[in-house]
Amino acid sequence: MTADLECLNLTKRFGQMTAVDNVSFQVPRGSFFSILGPSGCGKTTIMRMIAGFVEPTKGDIKIRGRSVIDTPPNKRPVNMVFQHLALFPMMNVADNIGYGLRRAGMAKAQIATRVDAALQRIGLAGTGQRKIDELSGGQKQRVAIARCMVLEPDVLLLDEPLGALDLKLREHMKVELKSLQAAFDTTFVYITHDQSEALVMSDRIAVMNDGRFEQVGSGQDLYYRPRTAFVAGFVGDTNRWTGRIERVDGDELEMRTDSGMLMRGAVHGRPLSAGDRADVFVRPEAIRIAQSAEELAHFDNRISGRVTSTLFNGAASRILVQDSAGKEEIEVNLPQSGEFASLRRGSEIHIGWSGAQGNCFAAGQS
Amino acid sequence: MRTQAKLGLFLLLTPLLLWLSLLIFIPHIDMFVVSLRERIGVAEYRISPANYLTFINEPLYLRTFLRTAVMSIIATIITLLIAFPVSYYIAKIARGRARSALFLLCLVPFWVSELVRTFGWMILLRETGLISNLLQFSGLADAPVEMLYNDAAIMIGLVYTSMLFMVVPLVTTLESLPDDVIEAGYDLGGSGIAVLREIVIPHAMPGIVSGSIIVFMLSLGNYLTPTILGGKDSLWFTELIYSQFIVRFNWELGAAFGFLLLGLSSAIVWGMLKLTGQSLEKTMG
Repeated sequence: MTADLECLNLTKRFGQMTAVDNVSFQVPRGSFFSILGPSGCGKTTIMRMIAGFVEPTKGDIKIRGRSVIDTPPNKRPVNMVFQHLALFPMMNVADNIGYGLRRAGMAKAQIATRVDAALQRIGLAGTGQRKIDELSGGQKQRVAIARCMVLEPDVLLLDEPLGALDLKLREHMKVELKSLQAAFDTTFVYITHDQSEALVMSDRIAVMNDGRFEQVGSGQDLYYRPRTAFVAGFVGDTNRWTGRIERVDGDELEMRTDSGMLMRGAVHGRPLSAGDRADVFVRPEAIRIAQSAEELAHFDNRISGRVTSTLFNGAASRILVQDSAGKEEIEVNLPQSGEFASLRRGSEIHIGWSGAQGNCFAAGQS
Repeated sequence: MRTQAKLGLFLLLTPLLLWLSLLIFIPHIDMFVVSLRERIGVAEYRISPANYLTFINEPLYLRTFLRTAVMSIIATIITLLIAFPVSYYIAKIARGRARSALFLLCLVPFWVSELVRTFGWMILLRETGLISNLLQFSGLADAPVEMLYNDAAIMIGLVYTSMLFMVVPLVTTLESLPDDVIEAGYDLGGSGIAVLREIVIPHAMPGIVSGSIIVFMLSLGNYLTPTILGGKDSLWFTELIYSQFIVRFNWELGAAFGFLLLGLSSAIVWGMLKLTGQSLEKTMG
């Protein structure tokens, strides 16, 4: 089975600046692929190169095995949902959706049936004569997607289309986009700086930084098995300590942080040895909290301390714990089961985590 | 509080009301009254449509009237055709300093008076002018070529004078068209011409119409350019009005001509709005 989209050694330089640096990837047919990265990492440039608005300095783009480098944007079998949607304000909803079909020279009656079918599919049947500015944000979103999908593109590109929506609608659209993708059975390439969008919707995610792909994998891969310090820091929240490795024993290691705290971590197959400077990442949700030290006896990292602040955020509430030596502040997830509801600033607390949860990378990678 | 607000509104409106009533309404009413007067003896007048009948019965007046209208429409169309690509380039393609510089270039000719600009064209176009000499020098012509005093010369002058008034509204409306809407037009399979026809022009329509109205009015009411560049061979309706008022001292006929020109421009602007499906509120607001 060939990939729907294949990029080979894609490079784009703007003057002295390299926006995209030798990126290669494949997107299998019918999958949802995301490129996740901070703003300015080059993800929009990749997307514009695939759409044909930017010419790559080097490399090749293949769609269903055919190189499209010399194909102008209006002839490429890819369509794009723009960041600000770019619906045509001078046309009504039906004309917006039918625009591509009219350009392809389809007969009027056939366009009308196709547009009606598309409107039905996005749940906006009967709104064809409405003006664009009469639609809500979520409806515009769906029209923008339908406008591309009626053309049955091989690949649909989405450039942070949820950015302009409010939080509630964004959560809803995440689920809806995923089901639209399944319904249309088209390859989606989605770029975003919002990790939750990427994690919820994607089959595979590429984390991009500084023009390169740091890691490509499923959401679980990126979250539980980050391959670089950047991915560990960018995907999900995390506690991070820098220090020197004191001892490596098989898969276990011991590291002393710069503030003097000793902690255990796991090598996870990375080339680390005693004496190296390293960063260790521990997720707040990997840390258990307990009222007594005995409950945490099975963890190899145990710290007693006091709460310096509670950060209430519903299900994602956290506390900041300062160890008794007063050197480090550690972010810990607060279970909402009620047993810790009485925690206040200054409360005594015990925390612990297993060394295998600590991802350790040689320092200086990011 | 309410009376204060009312007073404020009244004070704000006063200059506008004064301007409208003193300079627009009263003179026009007076002109209309004058145009309906017929002189039957020394300081003896009666009300009659005689002046308007003179206009209809005299072919020179009628023909000049229609010629002025048609030429103004052609000048408007030519200005639009030249200004549109220029505006598109300034609004959508040029970036940063280049954009301001180009915009300034459109403005520069208006730093000198219209008279000087028109004389500039005379220097270029007259028999002993620059272009004539250049043609002779290069061997393309063996005698001096007179390019002044014809309709083409008027047209050049009118288009040149009107350019800025078309470019400004066009640049403004084209600037408000987001780049990604144009890109979406291409992305969904549109060719350059299709994007222009379906997206750029419909979006720019208010600018096109308001620019065209301004240019048309300026051309129709222009006096200097047709007089200087057109000479005796190319009459413009404003010249007839001038000669009735100043040369013939026939204020009655001059006033009637003035009113006819007002009616003509209103009718054509109304027709243009109807034709393009625009409304005055949409293009001016």
